[in-house]
Amino acid sequence: MFLYLLRRVLLIIPALFGLLVLTFVMLRVVPTDPAAALAGENSTVEQIEAIRKSYGFDQPMYVQFWVYLKQVLTGDFGTSLYTNRPVADDVFLFLPATIELTFVALVFASVSGVLIGTLAAVWHNSLFDHTVRIVTVAGLAVASFWFAILLQMLFAMQLDWLPLRGRLSTGMPAPPGISGFYLIDSLVTGNFRIFGDALWHILMPAFTLSLGGLATIARFTRSAVLDTMQKEFVTYETAAGYPRWRVVAIYVLRNSLVTPVTQIGLLFGALISSAVAVEAIYDWPGIGSYMVQAIFTSDYKSILAVTLIVGVIYAIVNLVVDLVHALIDPRVSEQM
Amino acid sequence: MLILKKFLRDIPAVLGFVIIALVIIIALASPLLVPDRSVAFDSNILARLQPPSAEHWFGTDNLGRDILARVILGTRGALMIALSVVGLAILIGVPLGLVAGYKGGLLGDLIMRLTDVFLAVPQLILAVALAQLLSRGITSAMLALALTYWPFFARTVYGETRRVRTALFVEALQGLGAGDWRIMLAHVLPNVASPVIVRATIGMGFTILTAAVLGFLGVGATPPDPDWGLAIAESREYLPEHWWFAAFPGLAILITVLGFNLFGDGLRDLVDPKLRRSR
Repeated sequence: MFLYLLRRVLLIIPALFGLLVLTFVMLRVVPTDPAAALAGENSTVEQIEAIRKSYGFDQPMYVQFWVYLKQVLTGDFGTSLYTNRPVADDVFLFLPATIELTFVALVFASVSGVLIGTLAAVWHNSLFDHTVRIVTVAGLAVASFWFAILLQMLFAMQLDWLPLRGRLSTGMPAPPGISGFYLIDSLVTGNFRIFGDALWHILMPAFTLSLGGLATIARFTRSAVLDTMQKEFVTYETAAGYPRWRVVAIYVLRNSLVTPVTQIGLLFGALISSAVAVEAIYDWPGIGSYMVQAIFTSDYKSILAVTLIVGVIYAIVNLVVDLVHALIDPRVSEQM
Repeated sequence: MLILKKFLRDIPAVLGFVIIALVIIIALASPLLVPDRSVAFDSNILARLQPPSAEHWFGTDNLGRDILARVILGTRGALMIALSVVGLAILIGVPLGLVAGYKGGLLGDLIMRLTDVFLAVPQLILAVALAQLLSRGITSAMLALALTYWPFFARTVYGETRRVRTALFVEALQGLGAGDWRIMLAHVLPNVASPVIVRATIGMGFTILTAAVLGFLGVGATPPDPDWGLAIAESREYLPEHWWFAAFPGLAILITVLGFNLFGDGLRDLVDPKLRRSR
């Protein structure tokens, strides 16, 4: 177990180092002249030369990489062209909103996915089961940004039940910044009005974001529960007279959830990806909106910083999922 | 023939196949379906933002262009993008996975660590960053998608090759003095082909979705391309009054991707009965 842990942690290091090299190559090599790219379209030759000097682009590549490495490791990602502030500060300003959104979406997707998947398996081949199969396949095929627009049109513009955009109503003060997660901060400080408003605003974006994950988890849970239900111990317990809900809720689920749990790591990547477009649509002030703004302003430094930081978070999430997986299912660590 | 019979019994997969066939026919026949390309490209301000009618089945957009014509022409674009991206990703990923799996050793480790690097960031994020750094346009977007998608093929082929490499027939071939490349290409490759085909089918749908996101974000197709994702981005100012502007391109994405997913799931069930998705 310990060796497995060690190996798993050590494997992250080359991947993250490679990611550093990759972003470096992307920043320095892909645009034909990074100095010209950074200077902008209407710059003079002298301005470009000045930028080349000040960024050290006239140095050999390995020197440049060393400088880049030192900068990144000290949290210095340069200045954003869009906000004119240090990129690192920006990222930490926008990141909590995204984490809050993806976390709520992930919890919703897991809980309802497991519930729906289990019910579909228990009521195998019923109308409910067929509906679940169709809806979950469609849920994986729908473009989340399109779905977001449809929900907006229906629930915000037509019915006026839910807010159209943003994290809080205009005029509603942000809760004191303890964690940066509005739901937690407002609750901890007892601002229930802000909590209600924040909850109201997160519903639609989180639901949009959760759709793909919900479909994945429901599908995996359904087929895993179906497989487990055919095991002999289930027949035995049923024959022994245990109530059916008890057999399913306790014994079958425990034996079925290993595969769905391992999907959460992958899901997190999918969620972060969808968050880019979904945040832009709901004006959710997170890292996705930030990235979209960076795209509009051709802000290379911000885009690569976001890429790197998402990579680090993604690596950590996958590590945690693998460790949890190894804890639930000891066979995993024995295989290594 | 037994396989065909088994496949025909899987109704969702057959449905997927029918959808894919229809989408391909629409893409191929688009010059016949839209004989007058001007309705899809020329602005006609007098007829802008008209709701669906007998004349314009899907309505018209903000420039008075026929949305049905643009959705039909967009089919060709979407399939072209998906085919090029998946094709290029296979061309890069499959040989790398084969070599890494068959040769192993330092080279194999190096290749697999390289795939780890690319898989360390969600594909869309990396593709957005890459597409942004290359010059804007659909070619850059396709290149960015392919460059971030090949690791999935490399991983699949690597795992399968490792399994096949120790098989008796490979040892026999080695004993007969067959060269490494000959064994890899003529004997290992056919044995790892089915998971690659399954992944490619699902990858087609997945790529259409990601390409639509890139188009929506403004790092993919550029106006006046009849791209589905781009159309949805253009429609946002005109909602909810002119819902058809966003609804039909999105529906086209949904149906096409659904076709590839259903068919891909069915193929997986056929190829690997152990991986039953569901009954």
